[in-house]
Amino acid sequence: MIDFSILFDHWDMYLEGFWNTVQASLLALVGSFVLGTLFAIFRISPIRPLNWIGTAYVEFVRNIPLILVVFLFFVGLPAMGILLAPFVAGTLGLTVYTAAFIAETIRAGILAVPKGQMEAARSSGLTYGQAMRYIILPQAIKVVIPPMGNQFINLVKNSSVLGVIAGLDLMYFGDLISADTFVTFDVYIFVAIFYLILTLPLSMLVSYWERRLAGSR
Amino acid sequence: MDFIGAYAPSHLTFLLEGFWLTLQVAFLAIVFSFAIAIVVGVLRYANIPGVSQALATVVELIRNLPLLLIIFFTYFALPEVGIKLDKFYAAVLALVIFEAAMLSEIVRSGLKSVEKGQIEAARSSGLTYVQTLWHIILPQALRRMVPPIVSQFISLLKDTSLAVVIALPELMNHAQIINGRNVNYVIPTFLLVAVMYFVVNYALSIVSKRLENKHA
Repeated sequence: MIDFSILFDHWDMYLEGFWNTVQASLLALVGSFVLGTLFAIFRISPIRPLNWIGTAYVEFVRNIPLILVVFLFFVGLPAMGILLAPFVAGTLGLTVYTAAFIAETIRAGILAVPKGQMEAARSSGLTYGQAMRYIILPQAIKVVIPPMGNQFINLVKNSSVLGVIAGLDLMYFGDLISADTFVTFDVYIFVAIFYLILTLPLSMLVSYWERRLAGSR
Repeated sequence: MDFIGAYAPSHLTFLLEGFWLTLQVAFLAIVFSFAIAIVVGVLRYANIPGVSQALATVVELIRNLPLLLIIFFTYFALPEVGIKLDKFYAAVLALVIFEAAMLSEIVRSGLKSVEKGQIEAARSSGLTYVQTLWHIILPQALRRMVPPIVSQFISLLKDTSLAVVIALPELMNHAQIINGRNVNYVIPTFLLVAVMYFVVNYALSIVSKRLENKHA
């Protein structure tokens, strides 16, 4: 049977780890949304060099492991004399990595809006910027929300790499508690439950939204 | 930064050795997780009362956990209940559990995307349900599933690097060992490692795009 005293005795540690996981995920979500939008715009922009930068970033980052990106911030930067706290290095790594996936999601959303929409908007006198803001983006966002939700779930799960670099997240405190109690199975069951508290509702929300979207077509 | 020292021949062969193990882990995990995913995906699609729901719950739970946690489970927690695996098999098992759950979702939605008329036509020409599934539905669905499956394989290959936490001597682990020798090796080594992962994964993604265009 699962020993609940582990949970009660280490409640503070679990909670602190949980809270830091939430923080890292939210910070990285905001950061990667900004960065990802920027690179998505680069990728669809008619300016060649921007296009090239956007493509290079997305293709390179998407094809290397997250832990390598995190290590670049945590081990690579100190090697060049820039020291970051593990939590900061980890969150930056998560941001840079997730931005590549979010850029693709946003790009796909914008491209999913039929061309006629832009043409109609332009011919009724809107500027390119206005058409983008009032016609294209509102429609794109509807398509983008479910995959963005999936990216956020991935982000929460991926934030566990902070545990590898002592980033004070749920995974890290799980290790700590397990080293403290010499128990592993039960300790990690509770860690799993804390992750599921975050990811399961998100995942249900995403599938609800997907069904609604499928219904509206 | 010391590129010459970092790229000494002994280091390069050491990294390649690590990469070879990475590829072995990935290959085994791909084979087993794909086989399990097809069985699970078909069982869920077939809507067998009880079985489909139970599988759905298990898949949903696994999909929503970090892979890193599953690696900790297979390596550190399983011995507590009497199942002792070495690093290699603990890593393979964790990857198989996680990726099979992810892939089974792809298989299921691929099967669902085949038009109902196909089943009706097959059944009315006298095929049994299982024959219909095997000869009519699965081949069409598999073709549509190729792009998402290949991107899942790319994820899997990247995810093998998480086994660095149990000190499996794969590519990341070997890179870290080299980095430990001299701080000036860190950036050059990481660059080379990134390129190694990138080359294989990018090649896979190009294959996937080709296949996508072919079947579109």
